[in-house]
Amino acid sequence: MRFAFTDDQLDFRDAVRDLLANECPASVVRAAWENDDGRSGAAWRALAEMGVLGALAAEDAGGLGLTVLDVVLIVEEAGYAALPEPLVEHALVAVPVLDDAARAAAGEITVTASLGDPYVLYGESADAIVVDDDDLLYVVDRADAMLAPAAGIDASRRLAWVEWDPATPVGDEATRHAAFDRGALGAAAQLVGLARRMLDLTVEYAKERQQFGVPIGSFQAVKHHLADSRIAIEFARPLVYRAAWSVTQGDPDASTHVSMAKALASDAAMLTATQALQCHGAIGYSYEYDLHLFMKRAWALAATWGDAAWHRARVGRAIL
Amino acid sequence: MDLTFTAAEEQFRSECRAWLHANVPRGLPSGDTREGFALHLDWERALFDARYAVVSWPEAYGGRDASPMEWLIFEEEYYRAGGPQRVTQNGIFLLAPTVFEYGTQAQKDHILPRMARGDDLWCQGWSEPNAGSDLAGIQSRAERDDAAGGWRLSGQKTWTTRGAFCTHLFGLFRSDPEAERHRGLTYFLLPLDAPGVTVRGFGRLDGDEGFAEVFLDDVFVPDDGVLGGVHDGWSVAMATASAERGLTLRSPGRFLAAADRLVDLFRDYEETADPNLRDAVIRAAIDAEAYRWQTFLTVTRMTSGENVGAEASMTKVFWSELDVRIHETALALLGANAEVDDGGTASAASGWMKGYQFALSGPIYAGTNEIQRNVIAERVLGLPRR
Repeated sequence: MRFAFTDDQLDFRDAVRDLLANECPASVVRAAWENDDGRSGAAWRALAEMGVLGALAAEDAGGLGLTVLDVVLIVEEAGYAALPEPLVEHALVAVPVLDDAARAAAGEITVTASLGDPYVLYGESADAIVVDDDDLLYVVDRADAMLAPAAGIDASRRLAWVEWDPATPVGDEATRHAAFDRGALGAAAQLVGLARRMLDLTVEYAKERQQFGVPIGSFQAVKHHLADSRIAIEFARPLVYRAAWSVTQGDPDASTHVSMAKALASDAAMLTATQALQCHGAIGYSYEYDLHLFMKRAWALAATWGDAAWHRARVGRAIL
Repeated sequence: MDLTFTAAEEQFRSECRAWLHANVPRGLPSGDTREGFALHLDWERALFDARYAVVSWPEAYGGRDASPMEWLIFEEEYYRAGGPQRVTQNGIFLLAPTVFEYGTQAQKDHILPRMARGDDLWCQGWSEPNAGSDLAGIQSRAERDDAAGGWRLSGQKTWTTRGAFCTHLFGLFRSDPEAERHRGLTYFLLPLDAPGVTVRGFGRLDGDEGFAEVFLDDVFVPDDGVLGGVHDGWSVAMATASAERGLTLRSPGRFLAAADRLVDLFRDYEETADPNLRDAVIRAAIDAEAYRWQTFLTVTRMTSGENVGAEASMTKVFWSELDVRIHETALALLGANAEVDDGGTASAASGWMKGYQFALSGPIYAGTNEIQRNVIAERVLGLPRR
């Protein structure tokens, strides 16, 4: 039993963290709310160059031949940055099921995915969509799909209702099942990152903001709100990493482990969003302030890929 | 990362499981009563004879030199087998780590084997009538007696767990009344049969005589009864505090077993219970798993040489509040049967009310959870003290 990441995994994480700090500051997220495709542009290209988009593709397909465990920390960092991109859909869900992953691995095409949720994310700017029907998975060309845009709470997440004609499924039910688990795990990792980001923002604010002549972070009521968030993150995180291990190892209980992770990560992010808003007060309620960008991403991700209640029910079917 | 256990760890687990399954006593009365405590001591001595009392200690002191991971495995198996609360825990899990860190060789050689065998039974003398969460407010005094080569202790300790049944006390006393609050304290070790000591047991919430007041009237303690440096008791005690809040007092095995019992209870009461309770049971099972994996993560960090320090406060809040939730859910499943309280011996149902009362002490002892949240905010998040 050694529950730690390797130096290589941590170095990769650090490199992506630096990349996102440069290419995806909050101003980029905010710009994505208003631009044509809701996406980052430069950050996506930089991730492609670094190999992140094809991390799970085999080396002979131009990928890095890595595992979900190797990239879970990177996905967490994408959550921390609120990266407005279909990173989980493309790199975690789609790339491993594509017949020819080379172009997706290189970032020449974007493949999004919609499994279990009623709409597709970034469907209009994607080249192909991985969708499911009756527990089977299909890869549909963008041109063969009919998309009807839908407005989302996080305006950078461009949503569309999707209809498509039957095609040939990819793999079997197990393929679909594993793809869904990778997506749910990716959402969980992003939620942990988002919770960390909202907590960091709020701690910094609470140290600086003065009321009654002292920093508001010196008040116990504020301290206890933020301590509760820190605890929730502390105990969600190990379940996310454990689930990444189980998915990578093909553990027969991997789906249960993913569900435990998604349930606690969703709860941790939802709690932190609420505490962050409350501790910021009216400034946090202001549209011009960045907090809502992270809150709304957290709300969106907590609801998708199975919300906490859905995942608890799945755990319940396994253990009760 | 490797989240599998080694062959040696699996072997150790099998050995523990087999022995515990064959030997764990059933239906012991509460260890917080006088007669129950004596029966628990028989069990503690059986554990010692099989070298399971202190598995993580060196063999020379009765242990097995078990790694932290093996210790966690032992704990999982202990509670899975239905092992009772350890009445020796305050010595083994709170004092002993401090003796290993601060004790002289002579203190280690004398104190540790006797503690492991259950010859000496230790209670913790920290709280006083006016020093609970504000532990540095301790007023009990230690006055120097150079002629006799030691110290004379006076004052009162209270809420001392199992103090009425123990033989020895470790506690903090003010040795330099002129010094700032956190300085001028010294950590003393003394027998409760020393002249001038009076112990009076009193009831806890559940009525068991699990608490005691300890009155000290000019009690002589020789110099070898000082643990760590004179006037350095605060930092010595804080080493114990982080042991108490963190891993050693409440390993995940206890809560995994409690969550498993809750799952069993749910199956028994599923037909009649509020359907919403299903979700509460699942939450408890997930939280127990989260605690288990957070512990493995922490132990890996510790064995890599990282210091976890104040982060232990997060653990203390989490396990103590999880324990309360598990018991609240169980009582809700039981419905009107929850009221039955025969001390947990007559029926499976009644044990939950007894356990609930004990669980309610968790957010209070070892530093209230309000204090822990302050520690988390100030020392983990870096928020200003005031």
